[in-house]
Amino acid sequence: MEIYLPIAEMPINMFLILGMGMTVGFISGMFGIGGGFLLTPLLIFVGIPAAVAVATQGPQIAASSVTGSIAYWRRKGIDFKLALVLLAGGLVGTGLGVLFFNQMRKIGQLETVIAIAYVALLGIVGLLVSLESVKALLASRKGGKGMRRQAGRHHWYEGLPLKMRFHRSGLYVSVIPLIILSALIGFAGAVLGIGGGFILVPALIYIFRVPPQIVVGTSLFQILFTMIAATIFHAASNQSVDLFLALLLMVGGVFGAQFGARAGANLRGEYFRLLLGALILIVAARFAADLVTPPREMFSVTPTETVR
Amino acid sequence: MSAIRKAFLLAALLAPLEAAAQGLVTALSTDRVPILSNFTGERIAVFGVIQADAGARPKDGWDVVVSVRGPRGAVTVRRKDQVGPMWLNLDARNYIAIPSFISILSNRPLELIAQAEVREDLRIGIDPLIPPQTAVRSAANDPQFRAGLQRIRSQQGLFFQSPVHVRFISPGVFQAQIDLPGIAPLGNYDVEVAVFSGGALVAKNQLGFTVIKTAAEQWVAEAAHKNSLLYGIATAMLAVLVGWLASLIFRRD
Repeated sequence: MEIYLPIAEMPINMFLILGMGMTVGFISGMFGIGGGFLLTPLLIFVGIPAAVAVATQGPQIAASSVTGSIAYWRRKGIDFKLALVLLAGGLVGTGLGVLFFNQMRKIGQLETVIAIAYVALLGIVGLLVSLESVKALLASRKGGKGMRRQAGRHHWYEGLPLKMRFHRSGLYVSVIPLIILSALIGFAGAVLGIGGGFILVPALIYIFRVPPQIVVGTSLFQILFTMIAATIFHAASNQSVDLFLALLLMVGGVFGAQFGARAGANLRGEYFRLLLGALILIVAARFAADLVTPPREMFSVTPTETVR
Repeated sequence: MSAIRKAFLLAALLAPLEAAAQGLVTALSTDRVPILSNFTGERIAVFGVIQADAGARPKDGWDVVVSVRGPRGAVTVRRKDQVGPMWLNLDARNYIAIPSFISILSNRPLELIAQAEVREDLRIGIDPLIPPQTAVRSAANDPQFRAGLQRIRSQQGLFFQSPVHVRFISPGVFQAQIDLPGIAPLGNYDVEVAVFSGGALVAKNQLGFTVIKTAAEQWVAEAAHKNSLLYGIATAMLAVLVGWLASLIFRRD
Protein backbone atom coordinates (compact mmCIF):
# COMPACT_ATOMS: atom_id res chain seq x y z
CA MET A 1 0.00 0.00 0.00
CA GLU A 2 1.43 3.33 -1.04
CA ILE A 3 1.29 6.40 1.15
CA TYR A 4 2.15 9.92 0.12
CA LEU A 5 4.75 11.62 2.33
CA PRO A 6 3.84 15.31 2.63
CA ILE A 7 7.34 16.67 3.31
CA ALA A 8 9.41 14.29 1.19
CA GLU A 9 6.71 14.91 -1.48
CA MET A 10 6.78 11.38 -2.80
CA PRO A 11 4.73 8.20 -2.49
CA ILE A 12 6.32 5.27 -0.69
CA ASN A 13 5.24 1.77 0.25
CA MET A 14 3.85 1.89 3.77
CA PHE A 15 4.82 -1.68 4.62
CA LEU A 16 8.38 -1.12 3.41
CA ILE A 17 8.80 1.72 5.92
CA LEU A 18 6.98 -0.15 8.71
CA GLY A 19 9.15 -3.19 8.02
CA MET A 20 12.33 -1.15 8.06
CA GLY A 21 11.29 0.47 11.34
CA MET A 22 10.55 -2.95 12.78
CA THR A 23 13.82 -4.52 11.63
CA VAL A 24 15.89 -1.66 12.96
CA GLY A 25 13.74 -1.60 16.12
CA PHE A 26 14.48 -5.31 16.59
CA ILE A 27 18.22 -4.73 16.25
CA SER A 28 18.12 -1.68 18.50
CA GLY A 29 16.13 -3.52 21.15
CA MET A 30 18.61 -6.38 20.97
CA PHE A 31 21.69 -4.22 21.38
CA GLY A 32 20.22 -1.39 23.42
CA ILE A 33 21.10 1.22 20.80
CA GLY A 34 18.93 3.79 19.02
CA GLY A 35 19.52 2.38 15.57
CA GLY A 36 19.64 5.74 13.81
CA PHE A 37 22.94 4.79 12.17
CA LEU A 38 21.11 1.93 10.45
CA LEU A 39 17.82 3.61 9.70
CA THR A 40 19.16 6.82 8.11
CA PRO A 41 21.19 4.92 5.48
CA LEU A 42 18.26 2.57 4.80
CA LEU A 43 15.93 5.51 4.21
CA ILE A 44 18.45 7.14 1.88
CA PHE A 45 18.89 3.87 -0.03
CA VAL A 46 15.12 3.58 -0.69
CA GLY A 47 15.03 7.08 -2.15
CA ILE A 48 14.01 9.40 0.69
CA PRO A 49 15.93 12.69 0.28
CA ALA A 50 18.94 12.70 2.63
CA ALA A 51 17.79 15.86 4.38
CA VAL A 52 14.36 14.37 5.19
CA ALA A 53 15.90 11.04 6.23
CA VAL A 54 18.25 12.71 8.72
CA ALA A 55 15.77 15.24 10.11
CA THR A 56 13.03 12.62 10.56
CA GLN A 57 15.31 10.44 12.69
CA GLY A 58 14.83 12.90 15.57
CA PRO A 59 11.24 11.96 16.50
CA GLN A 60 11.86 8.28 15.74
CA ILE A 61 14.84 8.06 18.13
CA ALA A 62 13.01 10.20 20.72
CA ALA A 63 10.08 7.76 20.73
CA SER A 64 12.26 4.70 21.24
CA SER A 65 14.30 6.53 23.91
CA VAL A 66 11.13 7.30 25.89
CA THR A 67 10.25 3.61 26.06
CA GLY A 68 13.81 2.71 27.08
CA SER A 69 14.14 5.54 29.58
CA ILE A 70 10.93 4.57 31.37
CA ALA A 71 12.14 0.99 31.73
CA TYR A 72 15.49 2.09 33.18
CA TRP A 73 13.86 4.73 35.37
CA ARG A 74 11.74 2.04 37.04
CA ARG A 75 14.94 0.09 37.73
CA LYS A 76 16.57 3.30 39.04
CA GLY A 77 19.13 2.97 36.27
CA ILE A 78 19.42 6.69 35.45
CA ASP A 79 21.91 9.18 36.89
CA PHE A 80 19.84 12.32 36.37
CA LYS A 81 22.60 14.71 37.39
CA LEU A 82 25.05 13.15 34.93
CA ALA A 83 22.35 13.16 32.23
CA LEU A 84 21.72 16.87 32.77
CA VAL A 85 25.41 17.73 32.44
CA LEU A 86 25.61 15.63 29.26
CA LEU A 87 22.44 17.27 28.00
CA ALA A 88 23.97 20.75 28.33
CA GLY A 89 26.76 19.72 25.96
CA GLY A 90 24.34 17.79 23.76
CA LEU A 91 22.09 20.80 23.19
CA VAL A 92 25.00 23.03 22.16
CA GLY A 93 26.32 20.33 19.83
CA THR A 94 22.87 19.73 18.31
CA GLY A 95 22.37 23.45 17.64
CA LEU A 96 25.75 23.74 15.92
CA GLY A 97 25.11 20.50 14.05
CA VAL A 98 21.83 21.77 12.59
CA LEU A 99 23.55 25.01 11.47
CA PHE A 100 26.30 22.99 9.80
CA PHE A 101 23.69 20.67 8.22
CA ASN A 102 21.80 23.62 6.70
CA GLN A 103 25.01 25.15 5.37
CA MET A 104 26.19 21.91 3.74
CA ARG A 105 22.77 21.45 2.22
CA LYS A 106 22.94 24.93 0.75
CA ILE A 107 26.25 24.32 -1.01
CA GLY A 108 25.16 20.87 -2.21
CA GLN A 109 27.63 18.79 -0.23
CA LEU A 110 25.26 17.29 2.35
CA GLU A 111 25.22 13.80 0.80
CA THR A 112 29.00 13.72 0.56
CA VAL A 113 29.48 14.95 4.12
CA ILE A 114 27.04 12.32 5.39
CA ALA A 115 28.79 9.54 3.45
CA ILE A 116 32.32 10.49 4.54
CA ALA A 117 31.25 11.02 8.15
CA TYR A 118 29.48 7.66 8.23
CA VAL A 119 32.55 5.89 6.85
CA ALA A 120 34.89 7.56 9.34
CA LEU A 121 32.67 7.39 12.42
CA LEU A 122 31.20 3.93 11.89
CA GLY A 123 34.53 2.56 10.66
CA ILE A 124 36.33 3.62 13.82
CA VAL A 125 33.58 2.68 16.27
CA GLY A 126 32.90 -0.63 14.51
CA LEU A 127 36.57 -1.53 14.55
CA LEU A 128 36.97 -0.62 18.22
CA VAL A 129 33.90 -2.58 19.31
CA SER A 130 34.90 -5.62 17.22
CA LEU A 131 38.52 -5.62 18.42
CA GLU A 132 37.48 -5.21 22.04
CA SER A 133 35.01 -8.08 21.84
CA VAL A 134 37.53 -10.36 20.11
CA LYS A 135 40.04 -9.57 22.83
CA ALA A 136 37.44 -10.30 25.50
CA LEU A 137 36.50 -13.56 23.78
CA LEU A 138 40.14 -14.66 23.58
CA ALA A 139 40.71 -13.67 27.21
CA SER A 140 37.67 -15.63 28.39
CA ARG A 141 38.88 -18.69 26.42
CA LYS A 142 42.20 -18.48 28.26
CA GLY A 143 40.28 -18.27 31.51
CA GLY A 144 41.23 -14.67 32.27
CA LYS A 145 38.98 -12.29 34.12
CA GLY A 146 38.48 -9.84 31.28
CA MET A 147 38.15 -6.16 32.02
CA ARG A 148 38.71 -5.05 35.55
CA ARG A 149 37.89 -1.74 37.02
CA GLN A 150 41.06 -0.04 38.18
CA ALA A 151 39.74 1.97 41.07
CA GLY A 152 42.87 3.76 42.14
CA ARG A 153 43.99 5.25 38.86
CA HIS A 154 42.82 8.57 37.50
CA HIS A 155 43.17 10.10 34.07
CA TRP A 156 44.38 13.66 33.55
CA TYR A 157 41.06 14.83 32.09
CA GLU A 158 39.18 13.83 35.22
CA GLY A 159 41.21 16.35 37.20
CA LEU A 160 40.35 19.42 35.09
CA PRO A 161 38.56 22.31 36.86
CA LEU A 162 34.80 22.35 37.54
CA LYS A 163 34.81 19.00 39.28
CA MET A 164 31.42 17.63 40.21
CA ARG A 165 30.29 14.67 42.26
CA PHE A 166 27.83 12.21 40.69
CA HIS A 167 26.58 10.05 43.54
CA ARG A 168 24.49 7.65 41.49
CA SER A 169 27.45 6.77 39.27
CA GLY A 170 30.06 7.04 42.01
CA LEU A 171 32.03 9.60 40.01
CA TYR A 172 33.96 12.69 40.95
CA VAL A 173 35.14 14.23 37.69
CA SER A 174 35.47 17.52 35.86
CA VAL A 175 32.39 18.34 33.77
CA ILE A 176 34.52 19.78 30.94
CA PRO A 177 35.38 16.48 29.21
CA LEU A 178 31.79 15.26 29.73
CA ILE A 179 30.35 18.36 28.04
CA ILE A 180 32.88 18.22 25.17
CA LEU A 181 32.05 14.55 24.58
CA SER A 182 28.30 15.09 24.55
CA ALA A 183 28.61 18.22 22.38
CA LEU A 184 30.57 16.24 19.76
CA ILE A 185 27.97 13.48 19.82
CA GLY A 186 25.12 16.00 19.63
CA PHE A 187 26.79 17.58 16.61
CA ALA A 188 27.21 14.23 14.86
CA GLY A 189 23.64 13.30 15.78
CA ALA A 190 22.13 16.38 14.17
CA VAL A 191 24.18 16.01 10.98
CA LEU A 192 23.91 12.24 10.57
CA GLY A 193 20.50 11.43 12.03
CA ILE A 194 21.81 9.28 14.85
CA GLY A 195 21.18 9.32 18.58
CA GLY A 196 24.79 8.54 19.31
CA GLY A 197 24.12 5.89 21.97
CA PHE A 198 26.57 3.55 20.29
CA ILE A 199 29.32 6.11 20.91
CA LEU A 200 28.15 7.54 24.22
CA VAL A 201 27.72 4.19 25.99
CA PRO A 202 31.22 2.82 25.33
CA ALA A 203 32.73 6.28 25.95
CA LEU A 204 31.09 6.56 29.37
CA ILE A 205 32.16 3.04 30.29
CA TYR A 206 35.74 3.09 29.03
CA ILE A 207 36.71 6.76 29.42
CA PHE A 208 34.75 7.76 32.52
CA ARG A 209 34.18 4.33 34.07
CA VAL A 210 30.48 4.90 34.70
CA PRO A 211 29.02 1.63 36.05
CA PRO A 212 27.39 -0.42 33.25
CA GLN A 213 24.04 -0.71 35.04
CA ILE A 214 23.72 3.10 35.06
CA VAL A 215 25.20 3.91 31.69
CA VAL A 216 22.50 2.75 29.24
CA GLY A 217 19.62 4.40 31.09
CA THR A 218 21.52 7.66 31.52
CA SER A 219 22.53 7.71 27.87
CA LEU A 220 18.95 6.96 26.74
CA PHE A 221 17.59 9.72 28.94
CA GLN A 222 20.09 12.23 27.59
CA ILE A 223 19.48 11.13 23.97
CA LEU A 224 15.73 11.55 24.45
CA PHE A 225 16.16 15.25 25.16
CA THR A 226 18.83 15.91 22.53
CA MET A 227 16.58 14.25 19.93
CA ILE A 228 13.59 16.35 21.02
CA ALA A 229 15.83 19.38 20.51
CA ALA A 230 17.09 18.07 17.16
CA THR A 231 13.50 17.55 15.97
CA ILE A 232 12.53 21.11 16.90
CA PHE A 233 15.74 22.68 15.50
CA HIS A 234 15.47 20.77 12.20
CA ALA A 235 11.73 21.46 11.85
CA ALA A 236 12.15 25.17 12.58
CA SER A 237 15.19 25.78 10.37
CA ASN A 238 14.89 23.49 7.35
CA GLN A 239 11.31 22.10 7.46
CA SER A 240 12.51 18.60 6.62
CA VAL A 241 10.82 16.60 9.40
CA ASP A 242 8.20 14.39 7.78
CA LEU A 243 5.43 13.63 10.28
CA PHE A 244 3.97 10.67 8.36
CA LEU A 245 7.34 9.06 7.79
CA ALA A 246 8.21 9.56 11.47
CA LEU A 247 4.93 7.98 12.61
CA LEU A 248 5.44 4.89 10.45
CA LEU A 249 9.02 4.48 11.68
CA MET A 250 7.98 4.98 15.32
CA VAL A 251 5.21 2.41 15.20
CA GLY A 252 7.41 -0.14 13.42
CA GLY A 253 10.31 0.66 15.72
CA VAL A 254 8.57 0.28 19.09
CA PHE A 255 7.14 -3.11 18.09
CA GLY A 256 10.44 -4.37 16.72
CA ALA A 257 12.28 -3.23 19.84
CA GLN A 258 10.11 -5.38 22.12
CA PHE A 259 11.01 -8.56 20.27
CA GLY A 260 14.63 -7.50 19.91
CA ALA A 261 14.99 -7.00 23.65
CA ARG A 262 13.80 -10.57 24.23
CA ALA A 263 16.18 -11.97 21.61
CA GLY A 264 19.08 -9.96 23.05
CA ALA A 265 18.59 -11.43 26.51
CA ASN A 266 19.73 -14.84 25.21
CA LEU A 267 23.01 -13.62 23.70
CA ARG A 268 26.36 -13.77 25.48
CA GLY A 269 28.02 -10.41 26.06
CA GLU A 270 31.15 -10.84 23.92
CA TYR A 271 29.38 -12.42 20.96
CA PHE A 272 26.79 -9.73 21.30
CA ARG A 273 29.36 -6.96 20.96
CA LEU A 274 31.17 -8.74 18.13
CA LEU A 275 27.87 -8.90 16.24
CA LEU A 276 27.21 -5.23 16.88
CA GLY A 277 30.74 -4.33 15.71
CA ALA A 278 30.27 -6.33 12.51
CA LEU A 279 26.94 -4.65 11.86
CA ILE A 280 28.44 -1.18 12.25
CA LEU A 281 31.35 -2.12 9.94
CA ILE A 282 28.94 -3.37 7.25
CA VAL A 283 27.13 -0.02 7.16
CA ALA A 284 30.48 1.81 6.99
CA ALA A 285 31.63 -0.46 4.14
CA ARG A 286 28.43 0.20 2.23
CA PHE A 287 28.99 3.96 2.39
CA ALA A 288 32.67 3.55 1.49
CA ALA A 289 31.74 1.46 -1.55
CA ASP A 290 29.30 4.15 -2.67
CA LEU A 291 32.00 6.79 -2.38
CA VAL A 292 34.70 4.97 -4.34
CA THR A 293 32.80 3.15 -7.08
CA PRO A 294 32.36 5.20 -10.24
CA PRO A 295 28.70 6.29 -10.17
CA ARG A 296 26.40 5.11 -12.94
CA GLU A 297 24.92 8.58 -13.15
CA MET A 298 27.52 11.36 -12.88
CA PHE A 299 24.93 14.10 -12.61
CA SER A 300 22.43 15.00 -9.96
CA VAL A 301 19.61 17.52 -10.00
CA THR A 302 18.60 19.60 -7.00
CA PRO A 303 15.66 21.98 -7.25
CA THR A 304 16.60 25.13 -5.36
CA GLU A 305 13.45 27.15 -5.71
CA THR A 306 10.04 26.49 -7.19
CA VAL A 307 7.39 29.01 -8.13
CA ARG A 308 3.99 27.58 -7.38
CA MET B 1 -16.66 6.19 -21.56
CA SER B 2 -19.14 8.34 -19.71
CA ALA B 3 -16.36 10.59 -18.43
CA ILE B 4 -15.18 11.16 -21.97
CA ARG B 5 -18.71 11.92 -23.16
CA LYS B 6 -19.20 14.31 -20.30
CA ALA B 7 -16.01 16.09 -21.16
CA PHE B 8 -17.00 16.39 -24.79
CA LEU B 9 -20.31 17.84 -23.77
CA LEU B 10 -18.50 20.22 -21.45
CA ALA B 11 -16.12 21.17 -24.21
CA ALA B 12 -18.98 21.90 -26.54
CA LEU B 13 -20.82 23.98 -23.95
CA LEU B 14 -17.85 25.97 -22.75
CA ALA B 15 -16.31 26.33 -26.15
CA PRO B 16 -17.42 29.85 -26.99
CA LEU B 17 -16.51 31.05 -23.50
CA GLU B 18 -12.97 30.00 -22.92
CA ALA B 19 -11.22 27.60 -25.17
CA ALA B 20 -12.30 28.32 -28.72
CA ALA B 21 -9.60 29.85 -30.84
CA GLN B 22 -9.67 29.68 -34.60
CA GLY B 23 -12.07 26.81 -34.57
CA LEU B 24 -10.27 24.69 -31.99
CA VAL B 25 -12.25 23.46 -28.99
CA THR B 26 -10.39 21.75 -26.17
CA ALA B 27 -11.10 20.49 -22.67
CA LEU B 28 -9.34 18.65 -19.86
CA SER B 29 -10.92 15.82 -17.89
CA THR B 30 -10.09 17.76 -14.72
CA ASP B 31 -8.55 21.04 -13.71
CA ARG B 32 -7.69 20.02 -10.19
CA VAL B 33 -5.56 17.02 -9.20
CA PRO B 34 -5.76 16.44 -5.44
CA ILE B 35 -2.95 14.55 -3.76
CA LEU B 36 -4.54 12.18 -1.28
CA SER B 37 -2.57 9.95 1.05
CA ASN B 38 -2.67 7.15 -1.53
CA PHE B 39 -1.57 9.33 -4.46
CA THR B 40 0.69 7.46 -6.85
CA GLY B 41 0.08 9.47 -9.98
CA GLU B 42 -2.84 10.52 -12.12
CA ARG B 43 -3.98 10.29 -15.70
CA ILE B 44 -5.54 13.39 -17.22
CA ALA B 45 -7.33 13.30 -20.54
CA VAL B 46 -7.26 16.11 -23.09
CA PHE B 47 -10.08 16.29 -25.62
CA GLY B 48 -10.18 18.42 -28.70
CA VAL B 49 -12.38 19.17 -31.69
CA ILE B 50 -11.03 20.97 -34.74
CA GLN B 51 -13.95 22.74 -36.33
CA ALA B 52 -14.13 22.42 -40.08
CA ASP B 53 -14.65 26.13 -40.68
CA ALA B 54 -11.13 26.75 -39.44
CA GLY B 55 -10.23 26.16 -43.04
CA ALA B 56 -10.77 23.37 -45.44
CA ARG B 57 -9.69 20.05 -44.07
CA PRO B 58 -6.16 19.38 -45.33
CA LYS B 59 -5.56 16.30 -47.43
CA ASP B 60 -2.95 14.80 -45.18
CA GLY B 61 -4.99 15.65 -42.08
CA TRP B 62 -4.13 17.73 -39.04
CA ASP B 63 -1.31 17.20 -36.60
CA VAL B 64 -1.74 17.89 -32.90
CA VAL B 65 0.93 18.58 -30.30
CA VAL B 66 -0.04 18.78 -26.62
CA SER B 67 2.66 20.43 -24.49
CA VAL B 68 2.31 20.19 -20.72
CA ARG B 69 4.53 22.30 -18.53
CA GLY B 70 4.69 22.04 -14.74
CA PRO B 71 5.60 24.84 -12.31
CA ARG B 72 8.98 26.32 -13.09
CA GLY B 73 11.84 26.66 -10.65
CA ALA B 74 15.57 27.08 -10.28
CA VAL B 75 17.65 23.94 -10.47
CA THR B 76 21.27 23.11 -9.69
CA VAL B 77 22.85 20.31 -11.72
CA ARG B 78 25.99 18.82 -10.19
CA ARG B 79 28.58 16.51 -11.66
CA LYS B 80 30.61 14.00 -9.69
CA ASP B 81 34.34 13.89 -10.34
CA GLN B 82 37.04 11.68 -9.00
CA VAL B 83 39.14 13.08 -6.16
CA GLY B 84 41.72 10.54 -5.10
CA PRO B 85 39.69 7.37 -4.56
CA MET B 86 36.39 9.17 -4.05
CA TRP B 87 33.67 10.48 -6.32
CA LEU B 88 32.46 13.87 -5.13
CA ASN B 89 30.11 16.58 -6.38
CA LEU B 90 32.49 19.21 -7.69
CA ASP B 91 31.27 21.00 -10.76
CA ALA B 92 27.82 22.57 -10.89
CA ARG B 93 25.63 24.61 -13.21
CA ASN B 94 22.55 26.59 -12.30
CA TYR B 95 19.42 26.90 -14.35
CA ILE B 96 16.48 29.15 -13.68
CA ALA B 97 12.88 28.65 -14.71
CA ILE B 98 13.20 24.97 -15.55
CA PRO B 99 9.75 23.36 -15.80
CA SER B 100 9.49 20.68 -13.11
CA PHE B 101 7.37 18.63 -15.49
CA ILE B 102 7.35 18.49 -19.27
CA SER B 103 5.23 16.24 -21.41
CA ILE B 104 5.18 16.61 -25.17
CA LEU B 105 2.49 14.47 -26.74
CA SER B 106 1.78 14.28 -30.45
CA ASN B 107 0.09 12.08 -33.02
CA ARG B 108 3.33 11.46 -34.92
CA PRO B 109 7.03 12.32 -34.52
CA LEU B 110 7.61 16.07 -34.11
CA GLU B 111 10.13 16.08 -36.97
CA LEU B 112 7.36 15.07 -39.33
CA ILE B 113 4.92 17.65 -37.99
CA ALA B 114 6.99 20.82 -38.41
CA GLN B 115 10.50 21.98 -39.30
CA ALA B 116 13.02 22.46 -36.49
CA GLU B 117 12.94 26.27 -36.81
CA VAL B 118 9.16 26.35 -36.54
CA ARG B 119 9.25 24.14 -33.44
CA GLU B 120 12.02 26.21 -31.89
CA ASP B 121 10.03 29.35 -32.58
CA LEU B 122 6.82 27.99 -31.04
CA ARG B 123 8.76 26.35 -28.19
CA ILE B 124 7.51 22.90 -28.99
CA GLY B 125 9.56 19.97 -27.67
CA ILE B 126 11.50 19.35 -24.47
CA ASP B 127 14.68 21.12 -25.48
CA PRO B 128 13.13 24.50 -26.41
CA LEU B 129 11.40 24.57 -22.99
CA ILE B 130 14.69 24.42 -21.09
CA PRO B 131 16.31 27.86 -20.87
CA PRO B 132 20.11 28.03 -21.08
CA GLN B 133 22.17 27.87 -17.88
CA THR B 134 22.64 31.06 -15.93
CA ALA B 135 25.94 32.81 -16.45
CA VAL B 136 28.29 32.03 -13.59
CA ARG B 137 31.90 33.00 -13.28
CA SER B 138 34.29 30.26 -14.37
CA ALA B 139 31.42 28.03 -15.49
CA ALA B 140 31.65 27.58 -19.21
CA ASN B 141 28.55 26.45 -21.03
CA ASP B 142 28.68 22.67 -20.94
CA PRO B 143 25.96 20.77 -22.82
CA GLN B 144 26.67 17.70 -20.68
CA PHE B 145 24.89 19.29 -17.71
CA ARG B 146 21.84 20.04 -19.77
CA ALA B 147 21.82 16.51 -21.13
CA GLY B 148 22.24 15.18 -17.57
CA LEU B 149 19.27 17.22 -16.40
CA GLN B 150 17.11 15.89 -19.24
CA ARG B 151 18.23 12.30 -18.67
CA ILE B 152 17.52 12.33 -14.91
CA ARG B 153 14.14 14.02 -15.23
CA SER B 154 13.19 11.58 -18.00
CA GLN B 155 14.11 8.60 -15.81
CA GLN B 156 11.95 10.04 -13.03
CA GLY B 157 9.05 10.27 -15.44
CA LEU B 158 9.02 14.05 -15.14
CA PHE B 159 10.12 14.71 -18.73
CA PHE B 160 8.26 12.71 -21.31
CA GLN B 161 7.87 12.83 -25.03
CA SER B 162 5.67 10.53 -27.07
CA PRO B 163 4.64 10.60 -30.73
CA VAL B 164 1.73 8.21 -30.10
CA HIS B 165 -0.08 9.74 -27.12
CA VAL B 166 -2.39 11.90 -29.23
CA ARG B 167 -5.03 9.79 -30.92
CA PHE B 168 -7.51 10.90 -33.56
CA ILE B 169 -10.92 9.42 -32.85
CA SER B 170 -12.33 10.79 -36.07
CA PRO B 171 -10.74 13.22 -38.57
CA GLY B 172 -11.40 16.39 -36.53
CA VAL B 173 -11.64 14.89 -33.04
CA PHE B 174 -8.63 13.92 -30.96
CA GLN B 175 -7.80 12.74 -27.50
CA ALA B 176 -4.53 12.74 -25.50
CA GLN B 177 -3.46 11.34 -22.16
CA ILE B 178 -1.19 13.11 -19.69
CA ASP B 179 0.44 10.75 -17.20
CA LEU B 180 1.45 12.46 -13.96
CA PRO B 181 3.90 10.42 -11.87
CA GLY B 182 3.57 10.11 -8.08
CA ILE B 183 6.39 12.59 -7.58
CA ALA B 184 4.66 15.20 -9.72
CA PRO B 185 5.43 18.57 -8.18
CA LEU B 186 2.62 20.67 -6.74
CA GLY B 187 1.45 23.77 -8.51
CA ASN B 188 -0.03 25.08 -11.72
CA TYR B 189 0.44 23.19 -14.96
CA ASP B 190 0.01 24.79 -18.38
CA VAL B 191 -1.36 22.71 -21.20
CA GLU B 192 -0.91 24.03 -24.72
CA VAL B 193 -2.68 22.37 -27.60
CA ALA B 194 -1.30 23.25 -31.03
CA VAL B 195 -2.78 22.15 -34.34
CA PHE B 196 -0.57 21.98 -37.41
CA SER B 197 -1.38 21.58 -41.01
CA GLY B 198 1.24 21.06 -43.66
CA GLY B 199 4.00 22.02 -41.25
CA ALA B 200 2.39 25.31 -40.19
CA LEU B 201 0.52 26.26 -37.03
CA VAL B 202 -3.19 26.76 -37.69
CA ALA B 203 -4.66 26.91 -34.17
CA LYS B 204 -3.53 27.04 -30.56
CA ASN B 205 -5.33 26.75 -27.21
CA GLN B 206 -4.20 27.21 -23.62
CA LEU B 207 -5.56 25.08 -20.80
CA GLY B 208 -4.36 24.35 -17.30
CA PHE B 209 -4.73 22.31 -14.18
CA THR B 210 -3.44 22.47 -10.62
CA VAL B 211 -1.87 19.74 -8.52
CA ILE B 212 -2.69 20.38 -4.86
CA LYS B 213 -2.27 18.57 -1.59
CA THR B 214 -5.52 17.90 0.23
CA ALA B 215 -6.69 17.30 3.74
CA ALA B 216 -4.04 15.77 5.97
CA GLU B 217 -1.14 16.15 3.53
CA GLN B 218 -1.89 19.79 2.96
CA TRP B 219 -2.35 20.41 6.64
CA VAL B 220 0.95 18.76 7.57
CA ALA B 221 2.91 20.47 4.80
CA GLU B 222 1.42 23.85 5.60
CA ALA B 223 2.06 23.50 9.31
CA ALA B 224 5.64 22.42 8.64
CA HIS B 225 6.33 25.49 6.54
CA LYS B 226 4.22 28.18 8.14
CA ASN B 227 4.40 27.30 11.83
CA SER B 228 7.63 25.36 11.69
CA LEU B 229 8.58 25.85 15.35
CA LEU B 230 5.16 24.74 16.58
CA TYR B 231 5.21 21.84 14.12
CA GLY B 232 8.58 20.72 15.50
CA ILE B 233 7.37 20.90 19.09
CA ALA B 234 4.17 19.01 18.24
CA THR B 235 6.10 16.30 16.37
CA ALA B 236 8.50 15.87 19.29
CA MET B 237 5.59 15.65 21.74
CA LEU B 238 3.87 13.08 19.55
CA ALA B 239 7.08 11.04 19.55
CA VAL B 240 7.18 11.13 23.36
CA LEU B 241 3.52 10.08 23.47
CA VAL B 242 4.10 7.12 21.13
CA GLY B 243 7.10 6.01 23.17
CA TRP B 244 5.14 6.31 26.41
CA LEU B 245 2.17 4.39 24.98
CA ALA B 246 4.52 1.64 23.82
CA SER B 247 5.95 1.29 27.31
CA LEU B 248 2.40 1.01 28.71
CA ILE B 249 1.41 -1.64 26.17
CA PHE B 250 4.56 -3.71 26.54
CA ARG B 251 5.09 -3.32 30.26
CA ARG B 252 6.33 -6.61 31.56
CA ASP B 253 6.85 -6.07 35.27
